[in-house]
Amino acid sequence: MAIPGGSNVMTATDAPLQQPSIAWQTGRVQAIVAETSRVKSIILQPANWSGHWPGQHVDIRLTADDGYQAERSYSIASPPEEKLLALTVERVEDGEVSSYLLDELRVGDTLEFRGPIGWHFIWSQTRGGPICLVAGGTGITPLMAMLRHRTRSLAPIPASLIYSARSLAEIVYRDELDTMARDDRDLRLVYALTREHPGDWNGHRGRVNAALLAENSFTREQNPTFFICGPTGFVEGISSMLVKLGFDPLAIRTERFGPTGA
Amino acid sequence: MDRPPVSRGFKSKRQTPEGARLPPGQYLTTDFPVLSAGPTPEIRVVDWKIALQLGGSLLGKWTWDEFEALPQTTITVDIHCVTKWTKLGTVWQGVSFDDLLKVVGVSEPPDAYVMAHCDGGYTTNLPVSDLVAGKAMIATRYEGLPLAPAHGGPARLLVPHLYFWKSAKWLRRLRFMPKDEPGFWESRGYHNYGDPWREQRYDGD
Ligand SMILES: Cc1cc2nc3c(=O)[nH]c(=O)nc-3n(C[C@H](O)[C@H](O)[C@H](O)COP(=O)(O)OP(=O)(O)OC[C@H]3O[C@@H](n4cnc5c(N)ncnc54)[C@H](O)[C@@H]3O)c2cc1C
Repeated sequence: MAIPGGSNVMTATDAPLQQPSIAWQTGRVQAIVAETSRVKSIILQPANWSGHWPGQHVDIRLTADDGYQAERSYSIASPPEEKLLALTVERVEDGEVSSYLLDELRVGDTLEFRGPIGWHFIWSQTRGGPICLVAGGTGITPLMAMLRHRTRSLAPIPASLIYSARSLAEIVYRDELDTMARDDRDLRLVYALTREHPGDWNGHRGRVNAALLAENSFTREQNPTFFICGPTGFVEGISSMLVKLGFDPLAIRTERFGPTGA
Repeated sequence: MDRPPVSRGFKSKRQTPEGARLPPGQYLTTDFPVLSAGPTPEIRVVDWKIALQLGGSLLGKWTWDEFEALPQTTITVDIHCVTKWTKLGTVWQGVSFDDLLKVVGVSEPPDAYVMAHCDGGYTTNLPVSDLVAGKAMIATRYEGLPLAPAHGGPARLLVPHLYFWKSAKWLRRLRFMPKDEPGFWESRGYHNYGDPWREQRYDGD
């Protein structure tokens, strides 16, 4: 089976048809990094990991001492080239699992999880480009795995990232993204700030609209593959705009971060 | 793994209401989340057709108006998504799989498996025994209203006793097949059957 390791072993087929069953395992929390006021990254050392594709996720399982359990999915933010898994978790008001991960979890704790899961919302450099990534809020997470992987590959794959956030302060991985875009002429980075922008902001103001998409998502002739991730309403809106712009629906891949169907 | 390790400091924030029918690992939601692999197709009912197939041959096909004229069934059921939400007491109306077989004059299902084919290329496989005897329908209304495109409108399969990815949205074709074959998610690591009560989420569960 083709699973990405450090070397380039993936094929361009849509997805491997077989994979081993996904057993629960524990990982040690190596580090917790504050990304924004509402978001932290959890860096995990898995006991054993055979690799993942950028775009995949893991399921986390919490167990209370009375036996109660809760499971939620979190995308993997780290590229397959790295040994540690990075998850990036946003606080959901009154959320059961996100609030535990943000407030209670500490370095040195063990966390139970399994993965990698999800064989559709995946990209690797062997699939080539161009790719157009559209993120809403923490929907950036799986797209970040793709970008980090892309940076490590030497092929100049054209890519664009359109990233919608409420304000500058809520952009996750902002320094890393800015550096990536500065150093890489094949990467176009566009922020759309929906609620607050600095007075001198010359990026996009307001929500992502069809004009912004048309300007930054290559042409139909270039056959870009789209990866859209974020809240349900965001993903619905962007994907239907892209279909109306004439892009092939089969080239548009979506990941909706439940649970709320906005 | 034997017994899952206790997560230090973790306590349930949720109270499951008395008597709630909740499969293991699920939590209740009152909204209706949407999960699918691509854009939502916008299908006009005038362009819509649905077919029932046996191998390469056609057992029956219906336009929207013809399908609406078939016997209608209304059911109230709980639905369970593999992404862990459960929604109680949802009301659906449509044509039961039993009635569909009756209408095409089939008294015994001709094969043991069915593949559901949808707009956008999505497929999912099911044993026929999970579709008959009042267990499944092709739903065209949710809570009395036409099924919204985001939820699979104009018509989706509804197999409420299995995880909801089996209830294929934007249904176009049901095809009997003699041998089981994996569908879209089933060939991407998800469980072939998907029983929520046995937590059959992924291959090997
Ligand atoms: C494939 C996938 C990948 C994902 N990746 C990420 C990621 O990278 N980063 C990220 O931050 N998130 C991600 N998510 C979302 C994540 O899985 C969780 O949904 C999110 O963290 C919220 O979980 P929670 O337990 O904190 O909130 P929940 O406790 O589930 O609460 C969510 C909301 O529902 C309400 N609610 C829930 N249960 C009840 C109840 N019983 N009664 C009343 N109200 C209720 C809460 O009040 C709250 O408003 C992903 C989701 C999917 C499907």
